[in-house]
Amino acid sequence: MDQFTINLLFVGGSFALYFGIAFWARAGSTKEFYVAGGGVHPVLNGMATAADWMSAASFISMAGLIAAGGYANSTFLMGWTGGYVLLAMLLAPYLRKFGKFTVPDFIGDRFYSRTARLVAVACLITASVTYVIGQMTGAGVAFSRFLEVDKNTGLMIAAIVVFFYAVLGGMKGITYTQVAQYVVLIIAYTIPAVFISLQLTDTFLPAIGLFSTHTESGMPLLQKLDEVVRELGFRDYTADVDNKLNMVLFTLSLMIGTAGLPHVIIRFFTVPKVADARWSAGWALVFIALLYLTAPAVASMARLNLMTTIYPSGPTEQPIEYAERPDWIQTWETTGLIKYEDKNGDGRIQFYNDTPTYEAEATARGWEGNELTVNRDILVLANPEIANLPGWVIGLIAAGGLAAALSTAAGLLLAISSAVSHDVIKGSINPDISDKGELTVARISMFVAIIVATYLGMNPPGFAAQVVALAFGIAAASIFPALMMGIFSKRVNSKGAVSGMLAGLISTLVYIFLFLGWFFIPGTATLANTPDNWLLGISPLSFGAVGAVINFAVAFAVSSMTEEPPKEIQELVENVRYPQGAGNAVDH
Amino acid sequence: MSDHSINAEKYWQANLRLILGSLVIWALASYGCAILLRPMLSGIHIGGTDLGFWFAQQGSILVFIALTFFYAWKMNKLDEEFGLQE
Repeated sequence: MDQFTINLLFVGGSFALYFGIAFWARAGSTKEFYVAGGGVHPVLNGMATAADWMSAASFISMAGLIAAGGYANSTFLMGWTGGYVLLAMLLAPYLRKFGKFTVPDFIGDRFYSRTARLVAVACLITASVTYVIGQMTGAGVAFSRFLEVDKNTGLMIAAIVVFFYAVLGGMKGITYTQVAQYVVLIIAYTIPAVFISLQLTDTFLPAIGLFSTHTESGMPLLQKLDEVVRELGFRDYTADVDNKLNMVLFTLSLMIGTAGLPHVIIRFFTVPKVADARWSAGWALVFIALLYLTAPAVASMARLNLMTTIYPSGPTEQPIEYAERPDWIQTWETTGLIKYEDKNGDGRIQFYNDTPTYEAEATARGWEGNELTVNRDILVLANPEIANLPGWVIGLIAAGGLAAALSTAAGLLLAISSAVSHDVIKGSINPDISDKGELTVARISMFVAIIVATYLGMNPPGFAAQVVALAFGIAAASIFPALMMGIFSKRVNSKGAVSGMLAGLISTLVYIFLFLGWFFIPGTATLANTPDNWLLGISPLSFGAVGAVINFAVAFAVSSMTEEPPKEIQELVENVRYPQGAGNAVDH
Repeated sequence: MSDHSINAEKYWQANLRLILGSLVIWALASYGCAILLRPMLSGIHIGGTDLGFWFAQQGSILVFIALTFFYAWKMNKLDEEFGLQE
């Protein structure tokens, strides 16, 4: 059986499993479908949350970025887990007590204002659309590889599949399907990692293998990796970063963005009790950590394997000949995500960091520039092939990557469409719209969101995980502060919240668009995206944390100059603080 | 102020103290050990690198898990103590 057939079997089989479970769960209990997760144990709810949460960014893209950046990109690991601590302590229990289903509902009620609700919807849509661009980028990479087509064709196919997946979205609400997705995703991520960890370090657990001895050289793995990359002019893998301010702000952006993303918050609205909301956050984090503790091992081991593939006799010797390159390089070349150009015409693949500091050495070796470009988003998917693992492992990782990308993309599209149809059209513009009309609006907005995301996904403003990081920055600057002030302050009023959200959202968007293109349209950036142009060395990816500070400051300043919120709103705030008397979550 | 609201106020203060304490540890693990204090901790070696690197790639995640469970356990106990459980 060839690899292509194996991939189709695994991807097809896993999808059949999700649909099967959706069908079984629906037949078993109709109530379950409406009160999503109502009677589900916190452990299972945590697993489902983890599946919902881990997207193409975590699965496909993150380890590739860590592999390329080493220590400096640990920000993704800390940022995307640390947010759950904030969620568990600052938001989840109180929003559960409040007991409605959407984030704009809470903001609209707490700030007693339709404007506040609409601004919250605008923030939610901006963050979600950006997030979908990242998912489309990742899904496009996966499809282009497994169907062996050009990356833009892969992206188109991904768009069509995501659209149908989201339209069939009823099954999204069924927790058990997500539990199955989680299981597929985590197995697919872990098995290749275990194999590779055994190959390189004789250690079963990749998370331990990362800090173990590299069997072949007898040196610690990380030291070996540092040595290899240093020989080729790259920064040490474990090297410290100079710009700590940027690293702190980037991590902070991702953390508070996590706690501000509507599709994650919603999961905590549906657990039976306030106490369960607290436990669920912990369990979600445990299941997320299973992948996140493996990811840094995948990153360093894949980087080392990539280097030894190109330089089989060591980095000081000659690299391999292009004609003898392994099959995986060949297949990725058809997608356009690996590119080779024989600059010095010697028929070998010189892969190194051609910076001025390495120039002397490169000239001495007869090299005339780096000849191989490897897109960072391919690393996790290519990882089993690089390590020569059997065909079924490669099929498995295809299934896992697509599960991650599709489930999150579909969830976000549902969030966008319900925000447009429910919060904007029904809530403000035309309250008398029929159910059928609402559904049509929902489908149209989903369609528009997919078209926009696909168009922008062709020339994305970064690698998948970076685009997703931008979405987190936007959520951090707009939604999180409003939610937190809504719970922890009785003094912040509607004017304060609205001006705070607008100030946070706009300042962050402007800063991002300046460097990455207005509305992410390629070629429209005002300034080159280089550290010397950044304000105080703060990258557009990290600006969300600054936006959040602006949001808080503006909201408090405006509130203190205007009237106190009405008595009943202060009582509402008082009420969400105490778990007693939380009823079931109500729809409206 | 009625007894009930004094009690409720105490509960909220206890919650705020707990959150503050937890967030100090949260920040120390991630922004502290993993980023800002890394140069200071570079003398402590662990598996071919230093403690700060471990905190950045694994340690902080383990601390986060411990913190969320500790908070859930402590708060659920506090709910009972103040008779505010559901």
